[in-house]
Amino acid sequence: MSEHDHHDRDPERDHRLEIESTILPAETSEGAQELLPRSGTDASELRREVGAVLRLPEGNYIDPSDIDIERREDETMIINMGPQHPSTHGVLRLMLELDGETVLRTKPIIGYLHTGMEKTGEELTYAQGSTNVTRMDYLSPLHNELVFSLATEALLNVEVPPRAVWIRMLMTELNRVSSHLMWMATNGMDLGSTSMMIYGFREREMVLSFFEKTTGLRMNNNFIRPGGVAADLPDGWQDDIEVICDTILARTFEYDELLTGQPIFRERTEAIGNLTAEEALALSVTGPILRSTGVPWDLRRSMPYLAYDKLDFDVIVGTYGDNFDRYSVRLNEIRESIKMIRQIAEQMPPGDYRVQDRKVTPPPRARIDESMEALIHHFKIFTEGFRVPEGEVYVAIESPRGELGCYLVSDGTSKPYRLHIRGPSFVNLQVLPVLLRGGLMADAVAVISSVDPVMGEVDR
Amino acid sequence: MSETNTALGAALPPSAVLPEVPRLPDRLVDQLAFPPRDRYLQMVEAFKAAGFEMCADLCAVDYLTHPGRTLPDGVRSERFEVVVNLLSMSLRQRVRIRVQVPEVDPTVSSIVDVYPGADAMEREAFDMMGIIFEGHPDLTRILMPEDWEGHPLRKDYGVGRIPVQFKEAPGPR
Repeated sequence: MSEHDHHDRDPERDHRLEIESTILPAETSEGAQELLPRSGTDASELRREVGAVLRLPEGNYIDPSDIDIERREDETMIINMGPQHPSTHGVLRLMLELDGETVLRTKPIIGYLHTGMEKTGEELTYAQGSTNVTRMDYLSPLHNELVFSLATEALLNVEVPPRAVWIRMLMTELNRVSSHLMWMATNGMDLGSTSMMIYGFREREMVLSFFEKTTGLRMNNNFIRPGGVAADLPDGWQDDIEVICDTILARTFEYDELLTGQPIFRERTEAIGNLTAEEALALSVTGPILRSTGVPWDLRRSMPYLAYDKLDFDVIVGTYGDNFDRYSVRLNEIRESIKMIRQIAEQMPPGDYRVQDRKVTPPPRARIDESMEALIHHFKIFTEGFRVPEGEVYVAIESPRGELGCYLVSDGTSKPYRLHIRGPSFVNLQVLPVLLRGGLMADAVAVISSVDPVMGEVDR
Repeated sequence: MSETNTALGAALPPSAVLPEVPRLPDRLVDQLAFPPRDRYLQMVEAFKAAGFEMCADLCAVDYLTHPGRTLPDGVRSERFEVVVNLLSMSLRQRVRIRVQVPEVDPTVSSIVDVYPGADAMEREAFDMMGIIFEGHPDLTRILMPEDWEGHPLRKDYGVGRIPVQFKEAPGPR
């Protein structure tokens, strides 16, 4: 209350309130999230929507005067797709301007799944934070936990033990396999291959069963936490890993027979939704979409984190940046991940699975009965949380969808001052208008699927 | 790192790079730059020319309740900060540009013309923090409904202002 009184006398605050009541509501009530008809869109906006402003090399530069912005309105039609469309992988809404069957302009409209997770993150302690971030990209929860934990550890200046690092690598690579399998399944479904859907889910379930055995949950595991991982691997984990690797690797060759060489599948994917490397870089696209254009950029290789520099693997790149390249990059990344998982299982070091720093890691349950200090530490960590030194850090890892970044600001308390997650799906969605432009409406579903958006992460 | 600084000598004031910043594991080290607001766009262009191909991330931070943060000499702290992470694939380097934005006039130049990929990120920063990006072609809300009032990630945003409707709870009327 006293703080309020203090603010009321503050002339700067009065001035700000005045500004807010004059400028901001006007700025925010323009209500133009939707794709407007051409008569309601000015020329510069229109050129942007048709992609003329992308920084392209001289030869590819689209001359704005070439673009027919004068197209008569009764020739085109704006249709709405989603947010409850089964092919939109959640609640993505697209507005498309069509000329007959051809897509002229597209605008993705997002936010239907926004739950304010960044704001929630400011109210949770660092110890609780991983339960929050794990729900953002629900198909690769372990990557979210990893990036949050790495950022927290960077601010805390703790180094996690080698076994924790390798368990993290094992789990995130398995998660990449399960996420790509899920993508193969839904992509198959979008293209009408329902058998691929069944197979993809079947194989993914193997990985999720292993997650359940290790972490207790199939999804939203809250397994990777600041300071290490929640538990050691279960007894006999090597056997499970071997079965998973052998089975899924063999199945990827069955997918080859089912899809890769199949004429109908290739007709639906080849030369559909083309993207150049320049366009991808300009639009900040990362992950398999960027690699499908031929840019060998993979953070595991280029800016290694964890212990990826100790693994032998290839970065898969495509050539044309079309739907088929995005498919084959992901299919081959499953194989590369399996190669990595095998190496990790061989080289898994012994030792602690979390840092033995009582200020960060809660003591084992058994110690609480014996030691007063252990009880105090346990109580402190689960009520107040641990304090993180003041600072800010940006950490990025390679998630199955691209660069997953975490910008974390600490003010020295036990809760993040600001938690920002750079979701790869959120940024990658900007590429949809480019991919869809000039294509057929019937291919739109295949193109959306090939971008692999996870709306939980887009909207956060 | 020092080579980039020399290449950017014209754009970077001498105090722009903060050498001692709390951050640790060696690969997470980023270069930091603190341009004044009016030279922000110029610096982003200089970085783009110096080989930073991609705008990896852009977000805003509201330092309302934490004004005394560590900043290099000569940088006056303001309520808002726009934080841009640029990535150079050729140099394998990241740079983080932090621009101070005062609360009385929360505007900053848009970098969409330099990095078209910043489009959605600037819209998000506008939606969540109310930073107005001058020159952005379509600065509308992106995550919140278009008729929403206020900017949720601001520290003085009224959390809980709208009562949550539980089934048995009395309604607002």
